[in-house]
Amino acid sequence: MVKKIFARLYIAVILVVLYAPILFIAIFSFTEAKSLGNWTGFSTSLYASLFSGQMQNSSGLISAVNNTLIIALIASVIATLLGTVAAIGIFNLHGRKKQAIQFLNNIPMINPDIITGVSLFLLFVFLHFSQGYVTVILAHVTFCTPYVVLNVLPKLHQMNPNIYEAALDLGATPLQALRKVLIPVLRPGMFSGFILSFTMSLDDFAVTFFTRGTIGLETLSTFIYADARKGGLTPELRPLMTLIFLIILVLLLVINIRQAKMHKANV
Amino acid sequence: MTEHIIDIKHLSKSFSGKEVLSDINLYVRRGEFITLLGPSGCGKTTMLRMIAGFLDPDEGEILLDGNPLVGVPPHKRPLNTVFQRYALFPHLDVYDNIAFGLKLQKIPSDEIDKRVRKVLKLVSMSDYEDRDVDTLSGGQQQRIAIARAIVNKPKVLLLDEPLAALDLKMRKDMQIELKEMHKQLGITFIYVTHDQEEALTLSDTIVVMNEGRIQQIGTPKDIYNEPVNSFVADFIGESNILNATMICDHKVSFIGHEFECVDEGFGENVPVDVVIRPEDIYIRRSQSGTQFSGTVVSCTFKGVHYEMFVDTDEGFEMMIQDYNAFEPGEKVHMLIKPEDIQVMKKERVDNVIPATVGKEGTVQMLGENFECSTEGFSEGDKVLAHVPFDKVDLEDDDEAGKTSGNVSFILYKGDHYHLTILTESGEKVWVDTDDIWDKNDLVGINILPEDIRLEKAEENE
Amino acid sequence: MNKRSSWALPYAIFLVLFVAMPLLLIVMYSFQDASGHFTLSNITKFFSDRDSLSTFALSLEVAIENTALCILIGYPAAYILADKSLNRSTVTVVLFILPMWVNALMRTLATAELFTMAGIQLGKGTLLFGMCYDYLPFMIYPIYTTLAKMDRSYAEAAADLGASPFTVFRKVTLPLSLPGVASGVLMVFMPTVSTFAISEFLTNNKIKLFGTIIQENINNSMWNYGAALSFIMLIIIGLTSFIGRKDNAGAEGGAI
Repeated sequence: MVKKIFARLYIAVILVVLYAPILFIAIFSFTEAKSLGNWTGFSTSLYASLFSGQMQNSSGLISAVNNTLIIALIASVIATLLGTVAAIGIFNLHGRKKQAIQFLNNIPMINPDIITGVSLFLLFVFLHFSQGYVTVILAHVTFCTPYVVLNVLPKLHQMNPNIYEAALDLGATPLQALRKVLIPVLRPGMFSGFILSFTMSLDDFAVTFFTRGTIGLETLSTFIYADARKGGLTPELRPLMTLIFLIILVLLLVINIRQAKMHKANV
Repeated sequence: MTEHIIDIKHLSKSFSGKEVLSDINLYVRRGEFITLLGPSGCGKTTMLRMIAGFLDPDEGEILLDGNPLVGVPPHKRPLNTVFQRYALFPHLDVYDNIAFGLKLQKIPSDEIDKRVRKVLKLVSMSDYEDRDVDTLSGGQQQRIAIARAIVNKPKVLLLDEPLAALDLKMRKDMQIELKEMHKQLGITFIYVTHDQEEALTLSDTIVVMNEGRIQQIGTPKDIYNEPVNSFVADFIGESNILNATMICDHKVSFIGHEFECVDEGFGENVPVDVVIRPEDIYIRRSQSGTQFSGTVVSCTFKGVHYEMFVDTDEGFEMMIQDYNAFEPGEKVHMLIKPEDIQVMKKERVDNVIPATVGKEGTVQMLGENFECSTEGFSEGDKVLAHVPFDKVDLEDDDEAGKTSGNVSFILYKGDHYHLTILTESGEKVWVDTDDIWDKNDLVGINILPEDIRLEKAEENE
Repeated sequence: MNKRSSWALPYAIFLVLFVAMPLLLIVMYSFQDASGHFTLSNITKFFSDRDSLSTFALSLEVAIENTALCILIGYPAAYILADKSLNRSTVTVVLFILPMWVNALMRTLATAELFTMAGIQLGKGTLLFGMCYDYLPFMIYPIYTTLAKMDRSYAEAAADLGASPFTVFRKVTLPLSLPGVASGVLMVFMPTVSTFAISEFLTNNKIKLFGTIIQENINNSMWNYGAALSFIMLIIIGLTSFIGRKDNAGAEGGAI
């Protein structure tokens, strides 16, 4: 019993520390003060100005949010397609070829962001590739695809190897077998790969920082970084972050509770 | 319409240099239930997959109603397969699994509906159409897999060990149902299994295969009663397989006695193998009218009969089945009737190994240099080395042998074991030994110089 | 269906172009001067520059300390989360991962601001705390997955054979959970040794880490020296992941 109380307390303390900065942001999203940590009375005006776009730095922040979403969406769609096709290929490879491609696939996952960023920066410089949207997306695809491969491969291993043949046997062309059988079976792995890619792309700072070039492309991360270097964050970031956190909190809780229920119903 | 629905001619297939099927010739009669039977790795599944179109043969032809199948992709072949591990689509329910093929053929949905219901009834799964396939038991999944295949009205139904994953009781039930379905549908069934009992129960025709070759084709009765070689005799049912000598027509000698038999045409004083089924040996307490005697070693009750091992006075071990029990230690007398002795030609009487004469006193074979007398031959000569079965020495420690190999097949011959060893060099060596080895044991192989006899090889290489 | 192995080809080409070649370029640029001639000066510059060396040493130190701190705090947490008698809800586990979905820079800034408000001087202490805060979930999650997947009967067997709860932990649970710790180390050590923005925020630019120097060099068009510094970091990464892989044989990286 003591053990249990102690354990609960330990977890609770860590959680409190983990959530303190987020709570801090959330609380101070309800005051007008320009700098974080300065309480000037309750107000929802930051929310109002975030939604109306009536803020000093409004075009910058809104386009940064847009860029972040667009890049994350495009990069994770490409990563999911490329990674799924690659996983099917890797699954059917053997021996040294398989080892080589899996080794290369692991590198972006092990490499810290800064190495991925610098190395891709050098690549684009070397190839005289002008940096901007395209290079950022390519860079994001580079560090996202390995996670898709890693999520799809286990589904292929679990899959009954005869399923594809069974579809052909029942009269499906190879393309129909892929569309009607293989893809549906791999879909959960593709989906979690996609979600993982999307969130990593959203959160990325270092790789974007090195591959965005000099055309002034900003994502949320680079925007915050630039803002902080200038001293003083755009106040509307507080309500924005609070809302993003709430949306994700609700989404994750819903998914988890539903999974738990389904699990119970099956047992 | 010919009588043959499938003709297979000179079919061969190798995987990375290893031959898994060599020169298979076979025909399948319309409407029959034919079984490809053999141990794992005998090539039976490879053959089925080539008929289905998942593999292309290296050589040879497969004809369906006289039309070539090789090159036709699997989805265009009017054949359907029931897979060993069911291979039901996990994302579709029972109904959609069965309707999969029909939907692809763009059959109107009310017709699909009718056919799916009919076939569900046939496999007695009528109320299950909305169920998720992974909520079904193994036996139920297998029924759906069968339904999914036969709903397309294939010309031939291919079944790849469909009952192997089921438990014994379920397997027996499904065997009866399969047989019933075959009768009702009138479709040709090609069935693959390693279970000899299943093959004997189900089939009109059995094709016994081993190491990529057909050993025997026949009705279950033929195969059981008249196995053509020791492999078939050993693989199908229980049997006593013994070295014997054909003295003359109708007279064969083994276990130190002469017996009358019905076989003829082997020649005189020719070494042969004989097969005697354990239920065909008559065992008595009294000596009158019997041919040889021995002592009971063990006796086990097997449900209907007793299975006994008897050491004959001449030192051979025989397996005998009888409705009466005889106690271990009891002195017994035996009788074998002429028609119950199945005489088989010996496949080989000694090892014949291709070799090359090396430096004086050595010969190169099995990937190594062996010492032996090379008198009359000169270096570089291609020769055949003869080594008697009982002159190959096996060592526990594979390092202790000149070369090494794996035990790939074991045959008990009443007073010794006849082993097939697959050597490192990929060749086969046959060994007679009194020692007990297990399948897949790694053994060292030695041959003494005086036991190797060289013979000039024919000049047609 | 051997033909489907060719499906790996597009990705193989992609990997060569965007993973292998960029890494080779790091090596190439580190041995070139600005005009593209071969030189060792970038490497010798690093080893002769006291500032770079001490920054490098400090980065390693911070990374090692942070990794140790994460294990110290994270292992008990993972153990509690995985123990069914102490925690029965998967929601708690989700709560640990959830903060990762909020922009890391923003969280770091808020942490720094909290320190300032509490009157704590920004420096190495706050840097360590902040980094631990950022990377703790990456340590907890893999350890949690290995512990949760672990067959309970091992511990039961040990207890049955007379081991005390502590001995069970020391002799059975801990060794079996080491693969999870190893992948946690990989996931924490690598990013901390190379971090740049986070360290700037947490120390108010007082402490420079290795990542910051790389970034400054690249941004000031000193590509060759920046590449050389990255090359040195690559070697560190290679070494750690090699050691990590040895310990980690057979462990699976837990995807979230």
